[in-house]
Amino acid sequence: MCKDCGCSIVEHNHDHRVENIHANPQLNDSKTIEVITKILDKNDHEAAHNREHFEKHGVLAINLMSSPGSGKTTLLEKLAEVANFKFGVIEGDLETNRDAKRLQEKGIEAYQIQTGSACHLDAFMVHKALHHMNLDDIDVCFIENVGNLVCPASYDVGAHLNIVLVSVPEGNDKIAKYPVMFRQADLILFTKTDLLPYFEDYDIEAEKKVARKLKPNVDILEVNTKDINSIKAVANWIEFKKKMRS
Amino acid sequence: MHEYSIVQSLLDVIEENAKKHNATKVKKIVVKIGVLSGVEPHLLETAFNTFKEKTICEDAEFEMIIQPIVAKCEECGHINRYEQNQIFFECKNCGGVELDVLDGEEMLLMSLELE
Repeated sequence: MCKDCGCSIVEHNHDHRVENIHANPQLNDSKTIEVITKILDKNDHEAAHNREHFEKHGVLAINLMSSPGSGKTTLLEKLAEVANFKFGVIEGDLETNRDAKRLQEKGIEAYQIQTGSACHLDAFMVHKALHHMNLDDIDVCFIENVGNLVCPASYDVGAHLNIVLVSVPEGNDKIAKYPVMFRQADLILFTKTDLLPYFEDYDIEAEKKVARKLKPNVDILEVNTKDINSIKAVANWIEFKKKMRS
Repeated sequence: MHEYSIVQSLLDVIEENAKKHNATKVKKIVVKIGVLSGVEPHLLETAFNTFKEKTICEDAEFEMIIQPIVAKCEECGHINRYEQNQIFFECKNCGGVELDVLDGEEMLLMSLELE
């Protein structure tokens, strides 16, 4: 049997591209096409569009990612006190607009996206939120992703840089356990480092080593809200990156 | 658990391609899932089989190619291949850590069998 078209003629070398040769209608109706498209192609396309939009307004966009409760919103509140740049925030949470309110109370322009049950932000959600942000008034736009170390890593939202936070109380091995996320990081922030004396088993230097093994060129900073200089270091890093793109 | 969102995107891409080729039915779908794409293949398959109902893919066979990491060493140029669940990689030839990942990070729709 011909392997290509399934016809019963044993010895033949007909060209399957030519139609009407002992056609088997059933088989000829089916065809395999090569596609080779990224599954998230549409998202990536929208992300590129978002990035272009940020660039048109001279805004550096930063995607903030971490597990819930590692201090993303608190970092932003503190940054407002020390940063020499003006920033706005697109907030992603499953429910409530509490985080956006917290930031607005500090005078930061913030827009809340409620994802409902979605565990991550995608480029389309960020695009919608951009309609509510006045980019001409800000230098940097943070996209505070949904607290989750897994899903947000798969979605380009149109940011220029990724900052990933990991807090001391989360314990050892977080970086090794969530490699896809931490490989995306341009900057890893170890937060709540003032708690180090209470977490004796936590080996921050070992964690840093893992991070650098996973991504040799990653930047790393330690942050705690009681040490304003540690917050200033984050602000400086962002300012430096902004200068490098002007 | 973002596999359901990914299936939704996958179905969109498939439907678009099917329409382009005037197909009425999709018989087979082949996807390539990188081990560092952040997607759990088993969950993706479950999600696909749940969501394909009442779509053009209802009777489609779903084939997944799991793509290990392939990375080129920027120091010696050696092409390394790493099997699943290996998250730390250094060059097997020279021990270098500056590696350019060539494959294993993406999720791709490879081919469709249409009718």
